[in-house]
Amino acid sequence: MSEFIHNQTAHCENGVTLSLLKNQGLEFMTEPLAFGIGSGLFYIHIPFMKVNNGPAISFRTIPGLIFRRTCKLLGVHMVTRKFRSHEEAQSVLEDLLKKGIPVGCQVGVYHLVYFPKEYRFHFNAHNLIVFGKEEGRYLISDPTMEMTTSLLPEELDKVRFAKGAFAPKGRVNYVLSAKDVTNEKLKSAIKKGISRNCQFMLKIPGGIAGAKGINYTAKQIEGWREKYGEKQAALHLGQIVRMQEEIGTGGGGFRFLYAAFLDQASEIFGNDQLLKISDKITQSGDLWRDSAMQMSGIYKGRLNTQKDYLDTANLLREISALEKEAFQELKRIKL
Amino acid sequence: MKKSELPQDKGHLENFTREVCYVKNAEGKYEADLSVGWEVKNDALDNAWSDIDERIEQSKKSFLDGTSSQVAYFMERELMDIGVLSGYTGFWKWQIKRHMKSAVFNKLSDKKLSKYAEAFGVSIQELKKPNL
Repeated sequence: MSEFIHNQTAHCENGVTLSLLKNQGLEFMTEPLAFGIGSGLFYIHIPFMKVNNGPAISFRTIPGLIFRRTCKLLGVHMVTRKFRSHEEAQSVLEDLLKKGIPVGCQVGVYHLVYFPKEYRFHFNAHNLIVFGKEEGRYLISDPTMEMTTSLLPEELDKVRFAKGAFAPKGRVNYVLSAKDVTNEKLKSAIKKGISRNCQFMLKIPGGIAGAKGINYTAKQIEGWREKYGEKQAALHLGQIVRMQEEIGTGGGGFRFLYAAFLDQASEIFGNDQLLKISDKITQSGDLWRDSAMQMSGIYKGRLNTQKDYLDTANLLREISALEKEAFQELKRIKL
Repeated sequence: MKKSELPQDKGHLENFTREVCYVKNAEGKYEADLSVGWEVKNDALDNAWSDIDERIEQSKKSFLDGTSSQVAYFMERELMDIGVLSGYTGFWKWQIKRHMKSAVFNKLSDKKLSKYAEAFGVSIQELKKPNL
């Protein structure tokens, strides 16, 4: 097997997917392609659930799905498994490394020693790749970092068995073999990835997920100032910004990623209509950035009237309408 | 976002990494670029931390005046909630809630205490008498 090459990406799961596939010879892969084929763009606001005492909101699909969907649609033979026992988790990892197979691991960041303290929360859906072992240390390719790093076996074990929501349970993801992906195969994967993403953004009933879910959040925000008081309400807004702007997804990041994917897809298909949708999603990303700035005005104390909350909510409604429109148009495009 | 608009505001990422962002270049094509951070995000993070610090202070006070036990204090200090703590200790949530009462905590066996000590990354000694 050739030497492992580290890739830095905006988002960790894209990064693991990208690096594992490239390592198997799929040189054409890019981060936007991995994200788009895996139908990564999403929005959900889960009611009655709290994360770090704030609202539970996600801007992307459930952890683990991007990798699995992308591999499946590209016809790549991948394996994903969890463990009960720490010993087994480590011995499987060792065996794979001996065979020269780089291994994607889901980890928690709270005990991840090389992360800056300010970013270490009990967040368990981070992904990294273990690509070797040298002098008793595992060699780590963390997609959020510019360089590779390393961890002691006990340090890696601790993060692989972090506890709490989305506990990784030692999960490993790896690619066993990848056949040549023909242009036809790639096109069909992109098509399916797009159509599934349209479904998820438009068709989920209940009003808390997809483009409609953004309206749900808007409605909630209108009531926060009265319900929680200025201080808590501002912290809640800060949490939305942090969810939107998780490490490595800067600035409505997932929207720009998806726009970049449509950009690339339009080239592959020679279809200019996709470019128009890409522009709309870019616009949405820019609006998300505006909304983050508006929210920061509130949590920095510059803005604190009820009207400021209503303005924030209206910005989100605008985004919701725009994303709905974009995905409806995207759905109608015949590829 | 245009490449020229990519924010470069220093924050907690310094000496750790720069973030990959997708931006539009002068030709209107997307490309990846690196950012050292964005003020809006840095502020959200700072704000979250000052809230955490306040919560820790509050739990310290509650421990000192006897309204809650060490478990509540260490839980805040380690940024956990009851769900996370339940995961690390193996106790049920209702058990943890009981253990947050000083009277109950003081009667816990060493075996139970050792589970908390491990979850919080401290010795049993320190768990019983925290360095505040």
